[in-house]
Order: sequence, then structure tokens, then C-alpha cells
Amino acid sequence: MDINLMRTIVKTISIAAFCLALVPVASASPDIEYWETSKGARVYFVPSSDIPMVDIRIVFDAGSARDEKIPGTAVMTNGLLAEGAAGESAQVLAEKFEAVGAQFANGSLKDMAWLSLRSLRDDKYLRPALKNLQNILIKPDFPDVAFQRELERLKISVKAKKQSPNAIASDLFFAELYGNHPYASPSSGTEESLQKLNIQHLKSFYKKYYVASNAVVSVVGQLTKAEAEELVNDLLAELPAGSTAKALPEVMPLKQAKTIHVDFPSAQSTVMMGQVGLARGDVDYFSLYLANHAFGGSGFGSRLMEEVREKRGLAYSVYSYFSPMHQAGPFQIGLKTRNDQVDEAIKIIRLELDKYVTQGPGEDELQDSLKNITGGFPLRIDSNKKITEYLSVIGFYGLPLDYLNTFVGKVNKQNKDKVNDALMRRIDPQKMLTIIVGAKKS
Amino acid sequence: MRLVKKVNVIAVLAGVATLVMGCQVQNSKPEVAGTVSDSGVHTFMLDNGMKVLVQPDHRSPVAVSQVWYKVGGSYEYPGITGVSHALEHMMFKGTKNLKPGEFSDIIAENGGSENAFTGKDYTAYFQRISSDRLELCLQHEADRMRNLQLNETEFKKEIEVIKEERRTRTDDKPTSLTYERFNAAAFINSSYQQPIIGWMNDLDSMQLKDLSSWYATWYAPNNATLIVAGDVDPHQVYTWAKKYFGVLKPSAIEAPKPRKEVEQMGERRISVKAPAKVPYLLMGYKVPVLKNVDDTAEIYALEVLAGVLDGGSSSRLSQQLIRKSEIATSVGAGYDPYARQQTLFLFDGSPRDGHSAVELEQAIKKQIKSLQNNAPSKDELDRVKAQVMAASVYEKDSVFYQAMQLGTLETVGLGWQKKDEYLEKINQVTAEQVQNVAKKYFKDDRLTVAILEPQEIDVNKRPKYKSAGGRHGH
Repeated sequence: MDINLMRTIVKTISIAAFCLALVPVASASPDIEYWETSKGARVYFVPSSDIPMVDIRIVFDAGSARDEKIPGTAVMTNGLLAEGAAGESAQVLAEKFEAVGAQFANGSLKDMAWLSLRSLRDDKYLRPALKNLQNILIKPDFPDVAFQRELERLKISVKAKKQSPNAIASDLFFAELYGNHPYASPSSGTEESLQKLNIQHLKSFYKKYYVASNAVVSVVGQLTKAEAEELVNDLLAELPAGSTAKALPEVMPLKQAKTIHVDFPSAQSTVMMGQVGLARGDVDYFSLYLANHAFGGSGFGSRLMEEVREKRGLAYSVYSYFSPMHQAGPFQIGLKTRNDQVDEAIKIIRLELDKYVTQGPGEDELQDSLKNITGGFPLRIDSNKKITEYLSVIGFYGLPLDYLNTFVGKVNKQNKDKVNDALMRRIDPQKMLTIIVGAKKS
Repeated sequence: MRLVKKVNVIAVLAGVATLVMGCQVQNSKPEVAGTVSDSGVHTFMLDNGMKVLVQPDHRSPVAVSQVWYKVGGSYEYPGITGVSHALEHMMFKGTKNLKPGEFSDIIAENGGSENAFTGKDYTAYFQRISSDRLELCLQHEADRMRNLQLNETEFKKEIEVIKEERRTRTDDKPTSLTYERFNAAAFINSSYQQPIIGWMNDLDSMQLKDLSSWYATWYAPNNATLIVAGDVDPHQVYTWAKKYFGVLKPSAIEAPKPRKEVEQMGERRISVKAPAKVPYLLMGYKVPVLKNVDDTAEIYALEVLAGVLDGGSSSRLSQQLIRKSEIATSVGAGYDPYARQQTLFLFDGSPRDGHSAVELEQAIKKQIKSLQNNAPSKDELDRVKAQVMAASVYEKDSVFYQAMQLGTLETVGLGWQKKDEYLEKINQVTAEQVQNVAKKYFKDDRLTVAILEPQEIDVNKRPKYKSAGGRHGH
């Protein structure tokens, strides 16, 4: 509870954005074992013998992009899984994990919905935890009382977003950038959509999307491949094959610039600017990853941090990122600054973006970023937790098994010409969406 | 909207000691240069009084280096609140040998990441880096311990950055605002009443010379601990530590005034009216910490008590208040036994629609009452202990976290060995001890309550952003 103040906010971006940070050097990456179960679930495994524990992460293509008519469906479906399964109550399910020291978690983002388990390796702990996970995964009951309760709780968190300038800005940013695309609506749903939601929606959503051919399972821990195979086979034995979710529609970029200022009585104005960025597997991925790193992705030393914070003291944090998703995720720039400074801050960002797109990074900026990316690779995969999350991203987005081993080579192939070319083609500073939430000048 | 960490006992505090339950790891060896504990922590003492701890972990070719100073928000006095944190920011602004930002650039070029953090009882600086580049970190960290160049121009910009940080973290977040006011109300004379980031008015009037004198007072090798964890050779680390830190002159460090909290004489209660949508409740009972308790068993009993109340989804608060009575939409409890001074056992939460924060308070008190009347069941206790035991294994997955624990314990003056004792001490806690500490400390006379009363979010009631001194260059 005692808040440690950090020099900069460590910005955590959804897992979808995570792999941008991956940059391997030769032989430092773990060897990934891959197989498919008889029903079509894709499994990624890395043995890790040092600590007597096991991490399992199951990801479904069942995020809020699949919500269709009622935003909030995906989040509620995922949230209800552990609220009653195989005839056991939420209380009993929680007790069964906690009695063996297992840590269970679940959640849902725009693209993916996930469940994760961390358990001790010893069968005495692992077996009961797996059995419990299996019930939650395969036999959720969606009890009515739990549905009503969790729906009420979700409504309160939707209400609480209205007191957060950041949440207001973020929801509006996605709504405006994505228009009619499924990425437009908030994963939490809205006050209106949650009124319409019923338990039947959840059950059908579950039936359609929580199926083997829509699943990616990542396992890291003190197991042999044979043990991992047996574990996953047992876990998913009763999960129907189903079918893979259809591809999401393509995203249309904004046709013209747009600025929206929401009047809000906060001390700071929250600014989010951006446009449609790129999807996983995009040909310009590596060029833009590098370009963004130097522009606003690396924190201190980045162009934006230098201009906005270091030179002018205008903001505590300023950032930019590409968040590649199934379809084109956003390119976003953001900061918060005292209300009376917001025009100046936006002007600086626009100026810098304009310059950056037309001139590209300086040779020294490019080299600094390359060194940071390549030299820092071992830090990205220095724990079982991180490796488990990377496996999920690789699996979910169908990235190649040698993705880690080849990433650094692909980054190193970049040069100033390629980066400049990609920036010119892919970022149009004249068509930026700008959201401001804060007190307008009186 | 919750401030209290859900994970409390489990993730935050468990000891790393051993994989086998019941295997005692007591470390009471004298700390001469080069001792190594059963849990693998190497301890060295430099001639100038700086302690060096090394925790090898060879799973990945990476290392973390942390330097912890015994100074933080609770060392400050009224009028200069926030000075520890402001100095932390300025520590990146150059030395006699490096330009502003150059240390950061060097780390970045070498693929590392770095940052710093300020707490009530400590200020710490860290780098995460490929283990073959560790020497660079030590070299430059030692440099800024004694050779910082505090510059007026840089300060004028950075203090504005810090005010922006305060607006982001506190002023525009109703729950954080409530916590700040709650804390200020709970403590009468203890420095724990002060916000770590500082009151805005103190930031407005802060001057470079406040930072210079703070730096001169506290930044010395004999007031610091170096912790290195990861893929390193302890004796190589010791050699580098001697080379870079060992040559620095120690200072005469005077312990901060005790400012021991007076005894509370009755419940304290405040409301915070701020633009918001959802009510929020904070409750805190004054409790001792490991550092200042007669019977240390009480502290571990309080830890288990926090686990019974909020150690996972099966614990009492979630079970009773979220799922059963459905009064709370969120609720939590937590406790930091490793604070330097007497602290608070905290509860927080938000009521469901149709219930008030006061009803939530009554419901929490009912849970407390029930623990005072009846000791927790064996199953509940076993679950808490199983989670602590498992967490002591899981935490080995994070080198950084292990270093954090060593740093915290060492810096508040408990000694890092307390980490190795944790699991065993938790295992010794009985249901009756849990009941006893609940009875002894959860009394209305020790309680402070703060309630956030949401006010309409009205754009006509805009905050004043006037700040003394205004802005430069505009």
C-alpha cells in the first residue's frame, strides 16, 4: 500500500503489445517444443528445471473483439469461469487452489481471453490444482447468482471509469479510431450494453469460443516433454474441438484528422493521439518497431521524452507505441500535463512527429536503439513467467517457432533508409486522432 | 480502485529460505567479509561501512544491481516533504564525471534498463543488465553517491516534472487523494503522516539548496547497501565494490529523530469530498511492526491474520462481503510488517450500489468481531501457510524481487536474515495467536476511518492550477 514513487511510470501495455519488446541474440533463446492435441489445440512448451514449479497459460481467441452485439460478453464469460464449475461454488474452487498454494488467474483483453495457473511441481500439489483448473475450463456452471453479482460489480467498474480521465480518454480513443470495427468498444462493456446482457449470451459465447481449435496452451516448468504432453492431454481431454474463430474484419484508417476535447475538472489534461498502426506479421513490423523505440518507446533517451520532459519539464511521462493485434492495432502517443500547458505539449508532439516522419531518426538515435534492443534481449526472457507470456503471444498470433531466434537478425537488417521509408508510408501526421480530457480554458 | 494489495502476505512477504517446509534456516553468523548463508546470500562489509549483499542466480545471463539508501519520506520534516523523492529525480542529472542523463544513456546503450524508487523508509536506485556489463553499473552508481552536481536549471525543470507526477498519481485520483488525507489523519506526530511525494505547497517552495543539504546528510557509503543478484560471482562483485564504492569517504550519519507516534486516544474519522462516482472506504488500526514489538510472534500472527482476511479469493473478506452478503464490490486488507515505525493494518473497499461506505465499514467490523470471538479454522490457517510456502518457491522466479526483499529488510534496520526466517515463523503461528492479535489491536480506539464521498463531476468547479513560481521559458 505504501506507494513507491518511481522515476518514471513503468507503462504496462496489454500482452498484445508485448512481443514488440522481443529481441533475441543467438542461442540465448529457449528451444520451444510445439505440438497439436488430437482436437487441434496448439501447445507450446519450454522445460525449465531450476525451480520445482510449473506455469500453464491457456489463451483463447475469445477477447472482446468477439463481443458482436453486446460489449462486455467476453469479459463476463471469462470472469464467470471460476465462479462455479462442476457443481462446486466459487468458494470451493478458490479453496482448492489455495490449499495447495496454487495461483490461478484469468482475464480478457480485446484479442485474447486467458486462464493461468502457477503450481508447485510435486504431484501432491500439482494434481489437485490441475483437476480444479480442468473443471473451471471444461465444466463452468455459469450460476445465476454469480452472474448477477459479477454483472453488478462490472457495472460499478464501468461507472468508476467516469471518474478517471485516463479511462475516459482511452475509451474515446478506441471508439473514434475504430468506428464500427469490433476493436472500437470497451472490453468492460458500457452501461447500456450491460443492461442487455443475460446468462444465455455467456453460455453461447463459451460454447462457441472456448474450444480446442481456438486454444493455445503454453507450459513452462520442471517437466519433461512427455510429462507436459500428458498434462495437456488430461487437461483438455474433454474440451470439444469446435472451430477456429473467423478472421476479424480489416481496419479502415481515419480519413482525416480529428480532435475531441472532453471538459473534465481535473488538474491535468490527459492526451492520447494516434492512428491505426499495424497487425501482427506486418511487413513493416521491424522497421516500425525500431522507429518507435527511438521516438517514444524507450523511455529516457527517446525523442519525445527529451523534448517534452527533459527540455521543458512539461510532463512526468510521455510515450509512444505500436500495439500490433490480429488486425491493425493502434499507434498511440500519450502524456498528461497541467491544463494550461496542454496546447503547448500537443504542439511539440505534432512538430516532433512531423519532423520524425519526414526526416526519420538520426543515425545516432538509430544506433542507440539498436544497441539497447540487442543488448537487452536476455532481460526479456529471464524468468519462467516472461517465457510463458511470450509463448502465448507467439502461439496466439501464429508467429514462427524461431521467432525469438531470428528477431535480432531482422532488427539488425534495418537501416535508416528502410526506417524512413516505412515511417513515410505508414504514419500520416496530417491524419491524427487527438483526444484531450481535462479542464478547458475558461 | 483498490489500494491494498490483494496478494498481501503471499507474494509480498514470503521468505525465500528453503524448498522444504519445516527445514529450519536460522542465520545468525557474524557478518564478516565473505560470509554466505544457507540460502545463498553472500555478505561483505567494506572498510567505509558500506554493506554488500550478493544473491547468485545463474538461470539467465542477467544481473540486477540495487543501491539502497537509509533515507525516505519518513526522514523528512514539515516544510520539506518530498525532498527525498525530488533528490531521487535529480540523481539522474549528472555528476562531476557525467553530463545530465549520461548514466542513463550508458545503461541504455548496453541493453540495460534502470530506474529508482522512493518509499517511506528508503530511496533505491537500480539497473537490470546483461551480467557481463555489471561493472559499468557499479562504477557509475558509486560516482553519483558522492559526486552529484546539482544544477539550478535542471532543478527548475525537474520540480515541474515532479508536480506533474503528483497530479497524475494523487490529485486526479480520488482514491489516492483519500489515502493521502487518511494517512495524514491517522498519524498525529509520526512522520508516516507525510506523503512521500510531498505536499504541493512544499514542492512549490522547494529549493535546490534543500536537496543539496539532503544529499550531503544522507548519501554516503555507510548509509547505503549494495545488492547484486543474478548470474554473478560474489567475489568478483566484492572486488568491484571495493574498487568503486570502497574508496568513497564515509560520513558522520546521525539517526533521524524518533518521532514515535503518541498513543491514540479514540477513533479518528474524516471524509473526503471529491469529484468521483464510486464511494471508497479506508480503515486502519495502529499496529506494531517487527522492528518495534516486544513479542515478534505477534507480527507473524498479524501476517497470518491478513492472510485469513484477504489471502486469495477463498479468504474471508471475498467470501463474506463480495460473494455472500454482496455488500462490497471490492474489499481488501493488508499489512507491512517491515516498516521502520509503527504502522497501520489497513482495510479498504467500495460498496455495491444500494450500500453505503458506512455499511461496508460495519460489515468489515463484523468480520473482525467474528475473528475476535472465534479463532480461525485449521483449514483456513493451513491454506494461508500453504500459500506462503508455495510463494517462497515461486519468488525464485524473480531475481529483482529477491533483491527487493533483501534491500527492504536491510534498510529498515531489521537485517536481511529476517527473510530466511519468514516461512518458519509463519508456520509456527497458531489459531489462538491470530485471535489474540485481533483482540489486542483491532480496537476502535486505535482506528482511523476515511470515506470518499463522491461529489458531482462538475466542469464548472475546476481546479486551480496556479503554482508558485509559474513556469520557465513561456
